[in-house]
Amino acid sequence: MNSIQKNRLKDQLFKFWGIFCTLIGLVLLIVFIGDILIDGISRIDWGFITDLPSRKAEKSGIYTALMGSIWILLLTSLIAIPVGVAAAIYLEEYSKKNWLSGLLEINISNLAGVPSIIYGLLGLEVFVRIMSLGASVLAGSLTLSLLILPIIIVATREAIKAVPSSIKDASYALGASKWQTIWLQILPASGGGILTGVILALSRAVGETAPLIVVGALAYVPFAPQNPMDEFSVLPIQIFNWISRPQHGFIENAAAAIIILLLITFIMNGIAVYFRNKWQQKWK
Amino acid sequence: MEPTIHKNNTQDLKVNEVLQKKPPTIEVKEVKVWYDDFMAIKGIDIAIKPNTVTAFIGPSGCGKSTFLRLFNRMNDYIDGYKMEGKIKINGKNINKKKVIVEVLRKEIGMVFQKPNPFPKSIFENVAYGLKIQGIKDKNFIQKRVEKALKQADLWEEVKDNLKKSALALSGGQQQRLCIARTLAVEPSIILMDEPTSALDPISTAKIEDLIRELKKKYTIIIVTHNMQQASRISDYTAFFYIGDLIEYGKTKKIFTNPEKKQTENYITGRFG
Repeated sequence: MNSIQKNRLKDQLFKFWGIFCTLIGLVLLIVFIGDILIDGISRIDWGFITDLPSRKAEKSGIYTALMGSIWILLLTSLIAIPVGVAAAIYLEEYSKKNWLSGLLEINISNLAGVPSIIYGLLGLEVFVRIMSLGASVLAGSLTLSLLILPIIIVATREAIKAVPSSIKDASYALGASKWQTIWLQILPASGGGILTGVILALSRAVGETAPLIVVGALAYVPFAPQNPMDEFSVLPIQIFNWISRPQHGFIENAAAAIIILLLITFIMNGIAVYFRNKWQQKWK
Repeated sequence: MEPTIHKNNTQDLKVNEVLQKKPPTIEVKEVKVWYDDFMAIKGIDIAIKPNTVTAFIGPSGCGKSTFLRLFNRMNDYIDGYKMEGKIKINGKNINKKKVIVEVLRKEIGMVFQKPNPFPKSIFENVAYGLKIQGIKDKNFIQKRVEKALKQADLWEEVKDNLKKSALALSGGQQQRLCIARTLAVEPSIILMDEPTSALDPISTAKIEDLIRELKKKYTIIIVTHNMQQASRISDYTAFFYIGDLIEYGKTKKIFTNPEKKQTENYITGRFG
């Protein structure tokens, strides 16, 4: 074997190793989804979605948990998106690059790495106790907002950075103010990227369990929340609760609820991809 | 919430248009510029003649682009930028606190090295400068856009496709669109930072014709790396070298009989 053949062989070997590595995660996900589908798909019907939780597995539904999750999702979006995007715009377009902004930047990255249970403890102390919001949807949403804020900020900054500086120059040179340039050029140009980041952050929020348990979300709530101060449960907590039951029927319920939760996150990711592609086309 | 600044009365603008604008005077005194510790401009004095084309030439990194961007204060956003000295336009120091930089830039347009149209329609590109002034009068905007596109010699090519994306135009057309966009705001001075360096020879020729036409109404300062271009289109030429203005005078004189050895070496291609 000469050296060219050897190099070719190495190339081939690495290619197969690469394919293997790429497939690890994917295959596991497919196996997991298949397994869940076998366990749970037969349990899903309209009643499962609209029924309240119950002591009897076959009568239990996810209505309250699903509504809780939707409430959490909406409130968290309302809080986290404006705050996160505004912070990112400030950091990217207004703040002077000096040691202070450097410090801010490092700490936002640090925040993204803080374990979610710590956010739960923070939420418990600040929102539930000091602000005495109780174990409400609002307290939960505020906690999750804190959790996903760093993700939104980082994603938004990346999206803003990707806007060519020539566009900003053109806007400024025509006499546009900073605010006009941000509003009329930078945000429209980076909207797709911002939206993608925001949706990915929200789909993380919808799957979070630990911080909400700490904040005091309940495993059993007889009613769907009617306003932001109501008690609530969310899908992951419902799943967690069902899995810990010994009866087989609840295991089936958990699998069915997992399917619904996965569906929600997949749909959200799908929307994110759709918007990204649509935006990219417009900006080509 | 729609951003607005300095609302203009369209009536005023129409009156302005009718009144002949006085040619601007530009005087620069003892200007020095630093980027952090690096001194980019080492003290330059120059007076630009109105309704002429002045070319800034010099090797890369000589500070000519930095110097050009002083006139509409485009360096303001660069981190570590510092300047000293006076730039007076129509007798007013443009770096005074009370000068509103947005108003200044309306008076002093700029065309960049790479065509940089907004990812919007052709019409929206030209109308942008007017809309950000708070002008709402559709009729007025329509007329200004048409006039600007005609001035930039682009109207005939795009008049049926004003709604088409500006990004679909060729490079040369895009650059003329950027010139039209600048003209729509009716500046008196136009700064051009190597406006043809990304274009093919035919598009370049068109832009050069355009510049010759525009100098009847506007004062034009152009940075160029292309020696022939400077000699073809400019009335005055300023030669920059490492942050200094080496020589400034009539283009003919600079190119045929320069006073300084450095200038001669540069224009004859011995360095740079």
